[in-house]
Amino acid sequence: MSEQNVTENTQASAGEEATLIPAVDIFEDAQGITLKADLPGVSRDRLSIQVDKDTLSIEGDVQIDIPDGTEPLYADLRATHFRRSFTLSQELEADRISAQLNDGELTLHVPKRAEVQPRKIEVKVG
Amino acid sequence: MFGYLSGSDHDLYSQLERMRREMDAIFSGQPGRAGIRSVASGSWPAINVGASQDRVDVWVFAAGLDPTSLDVTLQQNLLTISGERRITPPEGAELYRRERFDGGFRRVLTLPEDVDPDRVEAAYRDGVLHVIVHRREEVKPRRIQIG
Repeated sequence: MSEQNVTENTQASAGEEATLIPAVDIFEDAQGITLKADLPGVSRDRLSIQVDKDTLSIEGDVQIDIPDGTEPLYADLRATHFRRSFTLSQELEADRISAQLNDGELTLHVPKRAEVQPRKIEVKVG
Repeated sequence: MFGYLSGSDHDLYSQLERMRREMDAIFSGQPGRAGIRSVASGSWPAINVGASQDRVDVWVFAAGLDPTSLDVTLQQNLLTISGERRITPPEGAELYRRERFDGGFRRVLTLPEDVDPDRVEAAYRDGVLHVIVHRREEVKPRRIQIG
């Protein structure tokens, strides 16, 4: 085997090691926002979820057991650090975020403040 | 005037990354030969393969796999891995992003020829399927006495 493929999601910032951008699905319903992220190879103790003001950051370190003397033959994944950030809006209760990690799949739920009701805006036409 | 708004991935890096991806798609393919069973760059799931003296390790980075759908078979030195990951969006929710892969995959890898099909282990943990294929014991060269 001699193919070498470059991952699509590799990013190298100045002075940092290469990081991977995890794929996410984001949904919203009346209760709040649900985010699901793929973090294969990340166990609970290597996952970090932080909220700083209005920024939600998800970080994880991939860990796989590589025996001594292993030479790479083929690598789609060439970095071991996942990171992605999002800005949250005011009505989301960042301090009540809940998170679950199963089989590398992260499920984050950010609840909305109960009292925020959508106000429909009339659009004048013509 | 509108500068930097957070409505979409506006930062410069994302734009460059998108351009690089589009260039890759147009000029894709290594100058060289691709394996006849190889898949397009960026296919899901990502796979890494490493070899040491006595074994070959394959890591398949597939979060949320349905374990009952997993199939790993080794025929001589052809390793076939297939499985499925289904995504069910929550009822009545609005969708902002759907980036994660939903569906089945099948990868066929050509491993070094000295792998032993009777000594294969596979385990799925934290979203990574780890397949270990042991290599046949090296036939040691036999020194011939000249008498």
